[in-house]
Amino acid sequence: MTDTAFQTTAAPSSLKVSDEVAIEIVNMNKWYGNFHVLRDINLTVNRGERIVIAGPSGSGKSTMIRCINRLEEHQSGKIIVDGTELTSDLKNIDKIRSEVGMCFQHFNLFPHLTILENCTLAPIWVRKVPRKEAIDTAMHFLEKVKIPDQANKYPGQLSGGQQQRVAIARSLCMKPRIMLFDEPTSALDPEMIKEVLDTMIQLAEEGMTMLCVTHEMGFARQVANRVIFMDQGQIVEQNEPEEFFNNPRSERTKLFLSQILGH
Amino acid sequence: MSDTHAETVLFVRETMLPQQEPPSSSTGAIGWARQNLFSGWLNSVITVVAGLFIIGLVLHIVPWFVSPTWMATSLNECRDMVTAAGHTDGACWGVIRERWQQLLFGFYPPELYWRPVVALLMLFVAIAPVLFSDFVSRKLLVVTAAFPFVMPWLLWGGTVWTPVMAALGFVIGYLVFRGFSGRVAGGLALFIAAIVAVLWWVLLSGLVAGAFASVLPLALTEVQSRAFGGFMLSITIGVAAIGCSLPIGILLALGRQSDLPLVKYMCVGFIEFIRGVPLITLLFVASTLLNIFLPPGTNFDIIVRVIIMDTLFASAYMAEVVRGGLAALPKGQYEGADSLGLNYWQAQRLIIMPQALKISIPGIVSTFIGVFKDTTLVSIISMFDPIGLSNAIRANQAWNGVYWELFIFIGAIFFVFCFSMSRYSMYLEKKLQTGHR
Ligand SMILES: Nc1ncnc2c1ncn2[C@@H]1O[C@H](COP(=O)(O)OP(=O)(O)OP(=O)(O)O)[C@@H](O)[C@H]1O
Ligand SMILES: [Mg+2]
Repeated sequence: MTDTAFQTTAAPSSLKVSDEVAIEIVNMNKWYGNFHVLRDINLTVNRGERIVIAGPSGSGKSTMIRCINRLEEHQSGKIIVDGTELTSDLKNIDKIRSEVGMCFQHFNLFPHLTILENCTLAPIWVRKVPRKEAIDTAMHFLEKVKIPDQANKYPGQLSGGQQQRVAIARSLCMKPRIMLFDEPTSALDPEMIKEVLDTMIQLAEEGMTMLCVTHEMGFARQVANRVIFMDQGQIVEQNEPEEFFNNPRSERTKLFLSQILGH
Repeated sequence: MSDTHAETVLFVRETMLPQQEPPSSSTGAIGWARQNLFSGWLNSVITVVAGLFIIGLVLHIVPWFVSPTWMATSLNECRDMVTAAGHTDGACWGVIRERWQQLLFGFYPPELYWRPVVALLMLFVAIAPVLFSDFVSRKLLVVTAAFPFVMPWLLWGGTVWTPVMAALGFVIGYLVFRGFSGRVAGGLALFIAAIVAVLWWVLLSGLVAGAFASVLPLALTEVQSRAFGGFMLSITIGVAAIGCSLPIGILLALGRQSDLPLVKYMCVGFIEFIRGVPLITLLFVASTLLNIFLPPGTNFDIIVRVIIMDTLFASAYMAEVVRGGLAALPKGQYEGADSLGLNYWQAQRLIIMPQALKISIPGIVSTFIGVFKDTTLVSIISMFDPIGLSNAIRANQAWNGVYWELFIFIGAIFFVFCFSMSRYSMYLEKKLQTGHR
């Protein structure tokens, strides 16, 4: 099997979440200058969990998941990913980054490389996979996201939805154990949103550990086993999707949900 | 006649004519001229005036150019030939016929002209696989790698063992690096390798080369730096400064962005200092002051000193051009590279630099062109670049007073080089275009 990333193919409702801890965040704080962006974040994510993070703009959602692969540095507390604590040790950082895939709002594909090169670059240079094998893996994942025919085009020649699916495939080529998504659909037109969400749902069904910042509440209902609500740098509430949407506990959550679902 | 409308209407067309080309007055040369040159009275007036001006200019210049003075041996002879031909004014081409070799090679011994010529041809072969990687086999990169060692040997001559030992220094450095790279940090391994290589060059390579030379004396006649001149000198300095300034400039640009304050401020200080000082000052330092700082007895070649100064000067500008390219890259590119686990140097080499350099191509090539043309400044430290030579030629009684012909000749050759660089940059930009972002 080439894809260790996809372990099970059960339906989402019957998806098992293992007891093994994938990410552990303990009392994490972060400041931008004097601005306290993240306050006492505590979060444990088990392997196979699919977590959706919601919250108003500026609440620190992006900052939090970017701390998990050290695109942002935290100032106090602990972040342990896959048993490795994130410190300023560059070796650890590069190791964790190669285990944690990330998709961005603006895709961040490399415009000077073809789709295939985008997908094979990191496996070849970071994992030291032979070129031939890297290409096979890349084609496998490009098929999975349903764009193998675009392999030799450049990112600039693809639609937004296609680019985001390439970005997902690019991350998967590193065979990550955890995937982070930061508003992967918010730069896309409605019809493209669906194709990207379908890819993400497929990924969730195959058992990937996922942390997803998104405002797609339908997606949250369908695949998440936990929704986290953040406001002003704090985790205000977390619950199973049904409970979260039907019986929000805090006032702040109710207000947010009424704004986002109200119309 | 029946009551058809043939009576009431004068003419009814029964067969349709085929479609015709638009009248020539709206297409082709006439149409174009009407649209672009004579649309409205103001444009027409401007067109006529500009046309008369161009015609006047051509009528004035062409006779000056077409002047039967090719065989003249002095300015006076030129004047006689021009009057004999019935003109009042004409170019004196005799100076070019007599001195073109000097303008190309300076005072290089004529029987050795083949050496700079071979070096130039080798230069073309060496840059071909770099400039035209699509058409030229990568195998030619061997020539590219050998060029920095072979070129000085061809130009200055001496024993073949000197360039061989110089190249060996890189091999030794590489082997040391390989030996250490597993055991110590990458940066430290590189540092040790550099130290070993420098020690080899400074302390041992001369002795070893001498020893080899006494066993197997393969050597070219030595030529002193003072004999260098003309375009050969310009190209030597220009190529070396261009070749070295790009990598140094890239490192300076990266250093300027570094998180390490010491590295950052050293780079900023260097760049700002060099950019704040005129090149002429640096050249004077190279020609006079530098000797004061060097240990007595070391004879550091003047051309090498000038190359170093030119390189430093160009690197500072290059660093700023590259920094512009780096600044134009969206932050997402760094994050994309980071999130895949590429380390700093991998990210720079594979993701950041290819894009930043592509954005900076126009600026980089402008700097290259500037460097090449600025090589003429060495005439003020009494080296004989083409401009310096033109002064020297005028110092001769026979050609005292010849300006235009020399400058036109020199200018034309510079133009060929600079224009080629400019066209190449446009070609490269087009080639690297990979669709809109
Ligand atoms: N580099 C920075 N320097 C200073 N402040 C920053 C920086 N990046 C983000 N912030 C601030 O931190 C807060 C959290 O930002 P973050 O991007 O995490 O919000 P978010 O929840 O992702 O919002 P959105 O839904 O708009 O993406 C915001 O108030 C933002 O202004
Ligand atoms: Mg955000």
